[in-house]
Amino acid sequence: MTGGIAAAALAMLPADSGWAAALEARKSPFSTDEQQTRRADALSYNNFYEFGSGKDDPAANAGSLTTAPWSVEVGGLVAKPTTYALEDILKFVTLEERIYRLRCVEGWSMVIPWIGFPLADLISRVEPLGSAKYITFETLVRPDEMPGQRGLFQPLDWPYREGLRLDEAKHPLTILAVGMYGETLPNQNGAPLRLVVPWKYGFKSIKSIIRIAFVEEQPPTTWQEMASHEYGFYSNVNPEVDHPRWSQATERRIGEGSGLLAKRRPTLMFNGYGDEVASLYAGLDLRAHY
Amino acid sequence: MPTTEPHEAQVRIARRWNSPAWIGPGSWALYALGLSPGIWTFYLGLNDQLGADPLKVLERTLGLWALRFLVIGLAVTPLRKLGGPNLIRYRRTFGLLAFFYALFHVIVYVVLDQGLDVGAIVADIVKRPYITIGMVAFLTLVPLAVTSNATMIRRLGGKAWQRLHRWVYLAAAAGALHFIMLLKTVTFEAAFYAGMVAALLAFRLWDRSHKKR
Repeated sequence: MTGGIAAAALAMLPADSGWAAALEARKSPFSTDEQQTRRADALSYNNFYEFGSGKDDPAANAGSLTTAPWSVEVGGLVAKPTTYALEDILKFVTLEERIYRLRCVEGWSMVIPWIGFPLADLISRVEPLGSAKYITFETLVRPDEMPGQRGLFQPLDWPYREGLRLDEAKHPLTILAVGMYGETLPNQNGAPLRLVVPWKYGFKSIKSIIRIAFVEEQPPTTWQEMASHEYGFYSNVNPEVDHPRWSQATERRIGEGSGLLAKRRPTLMFNGYGDEVASLYAGLDLRAHY
Repeated sequence: MPTTEPHEAQVRIARRWNSPAWIGPGSWALYALGLSPGIWTFYLGLNDQLGADPLKVLERTLGLWALRFLVIGLAVTPLRKLGGPNLIRYRRTFGLLAFFYALFHVIVYVVLDQGLDVGAIVADIVKRPYITIGMVAFLTLVPLAVTSNATMIRRLGGKAWQRLHRWVYLAAAAGALHFIMLLKTVTFEAAFYAGMVAALLAFRLWDRSHKKR
């Protein structure tokens, strides 16, 4: 199976290696055929505050992150709490390529060929209890290897936390990614395991996950805690609800046009995934629940 | 408004350094040097050497240099009063460099970033405090730049000219605030410039209260 090959590929990587290994994945009908962002751009223009708050900091500083061995603790309101080694997860999932639009809350966007598997496949393994209504995620805290977690100017409270409603988490568009552009994830893009939720602003797609928990109440999330009037729990891409400090009506597609002359393009409701996800929010006031 | 008579030798030295022969080449060299980061960044942008989001890099670089030259210009007087070198002959150049960078910054925002979409620009200025404040900083610099020449100084008279040019305090404060407000989190860099501006403005308050006593 592809999962087995992927696991073998990951297992063959020496510990501490920053090398990418090729990953095989089947195509998916959820993929867009839009022009993909240049790999070099997607690997050099990142928000990953654990490695610094500049866009080029993650590419410069993430190389030293140790991503093998890696394990993920999955617990909370589940029948079978389990701590998985990453390679064990890859044995029971089938990797797919998902070419998704990515819209950052800052007003830029990319199109990225992720490789991953539906989060739902992991959720069903641990058997959530009826009381589980939300799911939370936590990023690694390792100041030794994450310079953004050291020193005086730490922009955020660690660990970085994100959350989804359980139905959002189980939606087929929601994946855990282990690769992009045909290879394992580069460290600056959230290696070795990250969330991808394409209809929400990029910061919801938490990187380098070490813990997943099922809870009953809506959990606190990093950016919401930091500035709740600017970043809501839902953070669905919505051109009609502006960030208090800038418009969300348009976006700049990275690499589009010729650099300085790139034109803005209109931002689509739910980042263009409305057909798939709008029903999740029927009856919800998206202005109040931004 | 000097409070003590300068020493005769100081006057002589000042005259020599402030003579047109010195100001001329020195200022032109400073303009060339001062504008080079902006020109270089624009050149890199044209050649796709500014990374994934070249427009943003250009926009930020121009804005940052405007703020830097405002800080440098504001530092001239404190530097002299605290016993450092007297760079007063270059202060106009620093101020005009700040204005030119602010102007290019605004042009890039209006033309390249917003694509001359007047509706979006007006909405931005009205609705987004950080853009409102940035615009205040820029518009404040315009009359100062226009009057930064000998003819205008003569026409306005020294006192009125000086009063007008105190508006640079507002421009610098607004510029620093604009930088802090546009970021998702306060970075060291933004805090550094805000701190510099605050310190340089505080120096003037201190200096003034000092003199009155």
